[in-house]
Amino acid sequence: MARIVGGIACSHVPAIGAALDKGNSGNEYWKPYFEGTIPAREWLAKLKPDVAILIYNDHANALSLQLIPTFLLGTAAEFPVADEGFGPRPVPKVYGHPKLAWHLTESLILDEFDMTIANEMPVDHGLTVPLSVTCGQVAQWPFKVIPLCVNVIQYPPPTGVRCFKLGQAIRRAVEEYPEDLRVVVYGTGGMSHQLQGERAGFVNQEFDQDFLNGMVNDPEKLTKISHTQYMRESGSEGIEMVMWLAMRGALGPKVREAYRFYRVPTSNTASGLLCMEPA
Amino acid sequence: MGAPRDYEDIPGTYVYDAERGRVGYHLNMFCMSLNDPENRKAFKANESAYLDRFPLTPEQKQAVLERDWLGMLKVGGNIYYTIKIAFCDGLTFQDVAGMMCSMPKEEYAKMMMAGGRNPEGNLYKAGSSEEQK
Repeated sequence: MARIVGGIACSHVPAIGAALDKGNSGNEYWKPYFEGTIPAREWLAKLKPDVAILIYNDHANALSLQLIPTFLLGTAAEFPVADEGFGPRPVPKVYGHPKLAWHLTESLILDEFDMTIANEMPVDHGLTVPLSVTCGQVAQWPFKVIPLCVNVIQYPPPTGVRCFKLGQAIRRAVEEYPEDLRVVVYGTGGMSHQLQGERAGFVNQEFDQDFLNGMVNDPEKLTKISHTQYMRESGSEGIEMVMWLAMRGALGPKVREAYRFYRVPTSNTASGLLCMEPA
Repeated sequence: MGAPRDYEDIPGTYVYDAERGRVGYHLNMFCMSLNDPENRKAFKANESAYLDRFPLTPEQKQAVLERDWLGMLKVGGNIYYTIKIAFCDGLTFQDVAGMMCSMPKEEYAKMMMAGGRNPEGNLYKAGSSEEQK
């Protein structure tokens, strides 16, 4: 039987990928960030996952405003790396797990989550940066990846409660899957940041610290945060943290915190990295 | 029931909601087209002619030609889309962020290094009912 062995919350700041790709990860600006990510990489390597369900948002690459699915699941066997306007990131191709992805799709839809199905799509930094952060610069990703996109680009995104419940449904679906697979779930994006308008550069460390604590101890409380509260208190793009709640929902009621790292700034963003195991 | 617009009193923030989506669609789809290297080349070769391929309003076209990053948001631009123009120009997110809040690049970078823009005084628009509480 498949089971969820870990959850990772990880910011997907594009500059993190660029720092690695351009060989700048050891410079004065980036060194403290990348050193802070080493324990997460070591923890993940020991977990030896077979598959990751990676919850992220696309940034006008695979998807456009032409079609805006609230939840989308990638069922392909492979996912090319997107050209986001400056050429694709030089990272390995992402291989999917079509059998588990289709099982998830069927289970989730019958469990009343109306998933959009993607048989072909490129993946952007929202997916590849968290992989780089937690796997390092590798010739090939060490596990299969099932992309799960959440719309956070066109307001309104799904609510925190809805995302949390999606995570719970993912857990049920994984546990029904007959094959022995070790599955990790990523929730990406955040933490507090604002990329637009005269308030660009907004960061709220107090909000972020409360959120990190809540992720471990009281996620139900975090599901009560309204969209306006996210945008006001964690910046307009901080609303991405609903994706963290989807991951947290998949871990079950109690977790053990394995590692936590928080850093301001990471480019324009307060970045967070949180590793947990179901307890 | 539509979505409550109780976020309009957040200062310096342009939520890409239904109101902006209604007017911004073509502007953003132009930006999206720049994901294609051939289109980037065509845009750079003759910006005005390339923009005429899209049904933009005169204000939208003007904002793009002038690289008025804040102005683009006001006429329906979505930052994840308008940033594609910046990438095409060789600018970074941080360059554009600084320009949107009228801060010199170095000053903006310094603010981020010091922990970013502080929540204090930045949660409500000046003069909004909550701000006066």
